[in-house]
Amino acid sequence: MVRKVKILEHELVPKHEVLSPEEALKVLKKLGITPDKLPWIRASDPVARAIRAKPGDIVKITRKSPTAGETVVYRYVVPG
Amino acid sequence: MVEAPKRIKAIKFGLLPPDIIRKMSVTAIVTADTYDEDGAPIDGGLMDKKLGSIEPGQRCPVCGNTMGECPGHFGHLELARPVIHVGFVKLIHSLLKATCHSCGRVLIPQKDVERYLRLLRKLQAKWPALARRLNEDLLKKALKTTTCPHCKAKQYKIKLEKPTTFYEERKEGVRKLTPIEVRERLEKIPDADVKLLGLDPEGARPEWMVCTVLPIPPVTVRPSIFLESGIRAEDDLTHKLADIVRINERLRENIEAGAPELIIEDLWDLLQYHVTTYFDNEVPGIPPAKHRSGRPLRTLAQRLKGKEGRFRGHLSGKRVDFSARTVISPDPNISINEVGVPVEVAKILTVPEKVTPWNMEELRKLILNGPYKWPGANYIIRPDGRRIDLRFVKDRKALAETITVGYTVERHLRDGDIVLFNRQPSLHRMSIMAHRVKILPGKTFRLNLAVCPPYNADFDGDEMNLHVPQSIEARGEARTLMLVQTQILSPRYGGPIIGALQDYISGAYLLTLKSTLLTKEEVAELLTIGKYEGEIPEPAILSPKEYWTGKQIFSLFLPKDFSFINKTSTCIKCETCFYETCPYDAYLVIVKGQLVTGVLDKKAIGAQVTESMLHRLIKEYGEDYARKFLDNVFRVFLRYIEKHGFTMKLDDVIVPEEAIKEVENILKEAERRVYELIDEFKKGELEPIPGRTLEETLELRIMEVLADARDKAGEIATKYLKRTNHAYVMAMTGARGNILNLTQMSATLGQQSVRGQRIVRGYTKRTLPHFKAEDLGPAPKGFVYGSFSRGLSPVEMFFHAAGGREGLVDTAVRTSQSGYMQRRLINALQDLKVEYDGTVRLPEGHIVQFRYGEDGADPSRTDHGKAVNVDRIIQKILSSEA
Repeated sequence: MVRKVKILEHELVPKHEVLSPEEALKVLKKLGITPDKLPWIRASDPVARAIRAKPGDIVKITRKSPTAGETVVYRYVVPG
Repeated sequence: MVEAPKRIKAIKFGLLPPDIIRKMSVTAIVTADTYDEDGAPIDGGLMDKKLGSIEPGQRCPVCGNTMGECPGHFGHLELARPVIHVGFVKLIHSLLKATCHSCGRVLIPQKDVERYLRLLRKLQAKWPALARRLNEDLLKKALKTTTCPHCKAKQYKIKLEKPTTFYEERKEGVRKLTPIEVRERLEKIPDADVKLLGLDPEGARPEWMVCTVLPIPPVTVRPSIFLESGIRAEDDLTHKLADIVRINERLRENIEAGAPELIIEDLWDLLQYHVTTYFDNEVPGIPPAKHRSGRPLRTLAQRLKGKEGRFRGHLSGKRVDFSARTVISPDPNISINEVGVPVEVAKILTVPEKVTPWNMEELRKLILNGPYKWPGANYIIRPDGRRIDLRFVKDRKALAETITVGYTVERHLRDGDIVLFNRQPSLHRMSIMAHRVKILPGKTFRLNLAVCPPYNADFDGDEMNLHVPQSIEARGEARTLMLVQTQILSPRYGGPIIGALQDYISGAYLLTLKSTLLTKEEVAELLTIGKYEGEIPEPAILSPKEYWTGKQIFSLFLPKDFSFINKTSTCIKCETCFYETCPYDAYLVIVKGQLVTGVLDKKAIGAQVTESMLHRLIKEYGEDYARKFLDNVFRVFLRYIEKHGFTMKLDDVIVPEEAIKEVENILKEAERRVYELIDEFKKGELEPIPGRTLEETLELRIMEVLADARDKAGEIATKYLKRTNHAYVMAMTGARGNILNLTQMSATLGQQSVRGQRIVRGYTKRTLPHFKAEDLGPAPKGFVYGSFSRGLSPVEMFFHAAGGREGLVDTAVRTSQSGYMQRRLINALQDLKVEYDGTVRLPEGHIVQFRYGEDGADPSRTDHGKAVNVDRIIQKILSSEA
């Protein structure tokens, strides 16, 4: 039997969410960059697939950090 | 007329097509000869005048420039037969495998070709990285196909025999492909298919990878040199080119004369060899071309490659003026901010100083002193930019009178100038720091001992470099950002990297001992050396004579509102701690600038120790205070240890007879335990540790018993050492050495190990013939009962050497490996920059971190990344109320 694993519920997978176009624009504006200057994430990345991120989306990741407690980073979804 | 500078928008790399080679050539090379009998270059030879002007005064017949200006011009050589370019054999091989030998198309069906071309175009515009991946995937796909989807021709296996020969494996047998055939096949590949395979047909048609014409580089890149004997010696490249031209001529003649195929093929192979070694003389599989003397030739690839190559040696590595290098030696009397510079060096290094009405008189004096008397000057720069070399000026007095505002004087280095000081390897930013110059007699650079840790310097012959910044901006920047006092706190672990070491620690300990009592004269001497200004406190003892404690003296240098509490490293970890009332004086308490209890040691003032008293002082009172503390108070420690006297002798590690007896008993007992374990093992009664075999368990248990025995022996030995014993003082305070070193000197060396195991290798079933085979006891496996003071038996000495050798090998291997890792890390990280918004970005603006270190904290300016250190505030308030 194939066991399905819900990766989003795994302890080591930080919170990923697709940003709405308005939010995405706000983030880009704040950083003063074009989306391709963000770090990338493949659309085929297991988490990206799980949250149904499409190429062109911007993903917000909120994760635990040993130095800062909690930290927010962004990824630009690319085809692949 | 000066042309407007041209801005480079882009650089495109490609292959040089044969017709371009011919077009840019100024002459065809037809003969391997270079000069005629008169020494004039031969037309059509390798040193043809048209290839560039290399002799002074000679005008170039092509561009009309003289030596310095003429950039040199390419010639060309028509090859009698094409040869393969070694640099591209791998690419040629995969191209041959990925395309059809009869129709020249990629081995991908037509409809896919169109689809992929469209996809590729899209990717190239948006995702160049992904386009490269697609090309790789397509190549892999094509390689798997065995019949051509276009013309249905069966594909043969193509083999590459290193370095440059291709074979085709047909059913009839293996056939060699000549470069002509290879070129024909590459020519057949259509442009569209070339694109699919990841090449740009505009800039790099595949057939250009098989050379039919060879560009002959200008003589400016291969100049001949004249030896003292007046004989002309040609460059390695010229030699190699002569070989190529010679064989090329012979090949042409043989072909024209209709020589047998065999001979032609041999010559062709030879031409291929020469062209190959011309490009790269380190190709595996063929012997490198040698000079007449037997030295391998340095051809094109060798000129670029490696540490001394063009890239690492010339483009990334630069040599500079205004620098000096010599041996370093210590000077505890100069400031940490200073560096002692020999007079001889100061007379060569100069600082340009603009003449102003305020410094004119002074500069005149310097000019009068001239270049050979310090402090003087070496050059004067007139307002029109002309340099006057003072070495050749007869009447310096007259010259000194002529200087006015607008002149610049290059004066000698003198006290107070800012210089950069560096010791390789420059592994972190503290490897280059700015110092203030102090001119001293002698021939070495002098530096304060406290700055040894950041440079990782010692005085066993280390040399260091010194650079003199030439502009006011550079000096200002160096002073505010790089001065030693700004670098006391290391960004690596947030603690002081500059602090007390060795004798400073011993001295501080001895000074602050409870038993240290000082007379008025001694107090005065110590305070003078520490540049203390103020009143002397009430003496601690009034009668029969006035005495001050060392703690009192030290307290005078502390800020009046400083409080601090910490255990010292002399703490012996009693079961119940008495805190302030510690009987060993091992609990450091400072209240309102008074050292109440405790002694100073490594934990309080040591370099590279965090959360120490020194660390708090630096953080809370600033770098200027820290510098003064390090300069003045440390000098007091040294003066005290000088007055006290501090040596170590053999007796210091000799323990009494009864102690030796005790140690022997402990070791005997341990040996008995080991043989007990071995017995248990042989009887099969030993309980294995989970996850280990029985043998491993035995080994581990034995090692445990023996390590335990050594520790116990150490305890016994140190028990017999007095607390005033200097060796013991050093180990206890952390000044130098540790308790284990003492144990090894006075009690026992203990187990010697190689790779964390007891020593196993040597003879069959035993380490040395002195033992019985398969004896697993302590002695046969490298346990050393002897101590350094009593001596080792020959067998013990052998085991100790085996263990010691491993340490040496480890350090040798580690340094080279970490050096290479460092190089790669620096190359990868050198362009990262923390922007003002806290993000870490690449030069083009790509974000690497959204906040530096995720918390945006500088370790040297925060306490563990937190805005406030609550523990410290509590401590401060509590002790200020006490």
